[in-house]
Amino acid sequence: MSRRQRRLVLIGAVLAILSLAAGLALTAFRESIVFFVTPSELAAKPAEPGKRFRIGGLVKEGSLVREGLSARFEVTDGGASFPVIYRGLLPDLFREQQGVVAEGAFDAAGTFRADTVLAKHDERYMPKEVADALKKQGVWREEGAAKK
Amino acid sequence: MIAELGHFALALAFALALLQTGISLWGAAKRDVTLMSAAGPMALAGFGFVALAFSSLVAVYVQSDFSVASVYANSHSAQPLLYKVTGVWGNHEGSMLLWVLVLAIFSALVALFSGNLPIRLRANVLGIEGAIAAVFLLFILTTSNPFLRLDPPPAEGRELNPILQDIGLAIHPPLLYLGYVGFSISFAFAIAALIEGRIDAAWARWVRPWALAAWIFLTLGIAMGSYWAYYELGWGGYWFWDPVENASLMPWLAGTALLHSAVVMEKRDALKIWTVLLAILTFSLSLLGTFLVRSGVLTSVHTFANDPARGVFILAILTLFVGGSFALFAWRAIELKPGGLFAPISREGALVLNNLFLAAAAATILTGTLYPLALEAITGAKISVGAPFFNRTAGPLFLCLLILMPAGPLLAWKRGDLAGVAQRLVVAATISFAVAALSLWLVQGGPLLAAIGLFIALYAIAGALVEFADRTALFRGSLSASLSRVAGLPRSAFGTTLAHLGIGIALLGIVAEAGWSEERIVALKAGDQVLIGQFDLQFKGIIPRQGPNWRDLVGRFEVRKGGVVVAALEPAKRTYLADGQSTTEAGIETFGFGQLYVSLGDPMADGAVSARIYWKPLVTLIWLGGVVMAIGGVFSISDRRLRIGAPQPARRNTVPAPAE
Repeated sequence: MSRRQRRLVLIGAVLAILSLAAGLALTAFRESIVFFVTPSELAAKPAEPGKRFRIGGLVKEGSLVREGLSARFEVTDGGASFPVIYRGLLPDLFREQQGVVAEGAFDAAGTFRADTVLAKHDERYMPKEVADALKKQGVWREEGAAKK
Repeated sequence: MIAELGHFALALAFALALLQTGISLWGAAKRDVTLMSAAGPMALAGFGFVALAFSSLVAVYVQSDFSVASVYANSHSAQPLLYKVTGVWGNHEGSMLLWVLVLAIFSALVALFSGNLPIRLRANVLGIEGAIAAVFLLFILTTSNPFLRLDPPPAEGRELNPILQDIGLAIHPPLLYLGYVGFSISFAFAIAALIEGRIDAAWARWVRPWALAAWIFLTLGIAMGSYWAYYELGWGGYWFWDPVENASLMPWLAGTALLHSAVVMEKRDALKIWTVLLAILTFSLSLLGTFLVRSGVLTSVHTFANDPARGVFILAILTLFVGGSFALFAWRAIELKPGGLFAPISREGALVLNNLFLAAAAATILTGTLYPLALEAITGAKISVGAPFFNRTAGPLFLCLLILMPAGPLLAWKRGDLAGVAQRLVVAATISFAVAALSLWLVQGGPLLAAIGLFIALYAIAGALVEFADRTALFRGSLSASLSRVAGLPRSAFGTTLAHLGIGIALLGIVAEAGWSEERIVALKAGDQVLIGQFDLQFKGIIPRQGPNWRDLVGRFEVRKGGVVVAALEPAKRTYLADGQSTTEAGIETFGFGQLYVSLGDPMADGAVSARIYWKPLVTLIWLGGVVMAIGGVFSISDRRLRIGAPQPARRNTVPAPAE
């Protein structure tokens, strides 16, 4: 094999693997990216059934209802609020009036079913997106105010 | 007083690091032997000062001196001693100091064990290590000083985040940092080579033990972190493709590629420029990893705004080292004479493929990790790129890599024989395929993907064993001849076999966990029974339990298999008294390689309690695979060839061993 051929094989291998990686990344981006919305944004522009998204805000006071292993609660950003149904164990730090992010999709009946619920990490921290959403609605309170 | 001593030592260490950089690099440029030989002692003294600063910080944590801001924010007088100590690095300031301590340790080791290095290369390497130390010390002193005092001093601390009060997370950061910072040595070697404009096969042999040491620690650190997430977060998941996890995986992938390309460079004097580039990339990704974890950049670009000084400094450090080294690379790489090209079907050809796949996987993970940041900065849209993205991109690339892996070590250098390799692997492939097909039939309705994964995992394991059998002529000659061959094998051959075996073992665990785990989410009252796997769990009720700084609600479970009691599980909901925060303590029992896993949820209105119960067959193989890989690394590092260093017949037996 000549030097030229060897170089061609090498370049070919590089291009093949790079395009494989790029192709995988592009299709995965199209199919698996999840957008983050706030209850107010969702009220203005409802999502279609089956499309996954994340919703974030505070768990509305007095909205949490547990039925066996299912939990129903409302997420609010001070403006609109939005009902969520989740089946499973809620995270350690899930509480009313605390920051929460739920990921899932609308089912055919128009109910938002979450399969993942994330609560804020500790007493001093709130999910970044939630803090931003609250600031936008003008209900952001400085550190400590979100505590019970 | 102790805090001030530590602060002072830190400032001295900074001044010394600046001197070390200036004198070593200047001496190397001027070829001044006196200046160059000062580099080693200065690195040792620098280590002394950093060690003094770090011990001071540990001391104020142990004393619970809440007049120090960092102790107040991360410790509590009722905290067990172990977590008072590990609280030192459970926060941004302390972890940065730990980072610098590890850097100082590595620099001191280079100073001690590099007697066989040309003096100019050694001075340049230590000069660059000094520069990294100086920049990080300045960062700590100006924006992240752990020794700052509070006035008036509070009476009690705010406690270390309960989730970090765990032995797993106590040793995870040091392991990870030993990995990240260890790659600074290969980075310094690469920069030194670029400065000198000269690089040869001996360079690869000098770099390899350091890169191997870093890789071993990083491998163990990642495995440890994964196991911690698994048992502490209560979700039963071991890998979340969380940005923080990706941050440690990327340097691991680049470092793995570096180890392989350094072999080609050492044996065939080729891939020089690529190896230098990989050394730079690996450390750049390590830096990114360090900052991503602690700075909060990943939560959002806007976090920078909360602490602009720190954010800007971090950006400046990244620009300086990443940008600077790439600029130097672009300018000087042309000076390094490229090695020859080689035949595609050969050991070195296979190693190039390995490098391409590893680099491509690292690149897709980097894209997925940084894309949300870039998109938010540009358009303001908030997205999350989660597990589905990474499973679809890095997943297929890893599987391709693993299918090719067994063939690599079987190919000869220079010109390989593909048909011969295929012939030797056909048995391994057939057996793996048969077992995978059998699993489909045994686990009726099991996912097809699991069977494919099982095939690849078994093939990787069998392939590694075939290669070992091939080297030792097992089954081909007499047993005693094979045994004497085993004794004669270089240690690095065991290293290769073990590392490749470890990858296959880990994949087997991953496949089993994904394909054949069982999960029950139930509401339980005392006396209730749950059947899972071959086990029969009986819930005995809830009892309270008191710890030093927490209170537990313990759920008691009795586990029976075939009517016989085999275990008692006690998962708990733990509430920390200082701030009322709660954590989940999973109850785990290992059977063979599988684990029974119970985590408690919240008590419900009717007196029942919710629980997640898993049976995860072979799940421990995921982390055992990592340990086997690391053991492979230890075998490689102890190889005679690496201890001897470059051929220097006159002093062959007096050269000290690097990094053992």
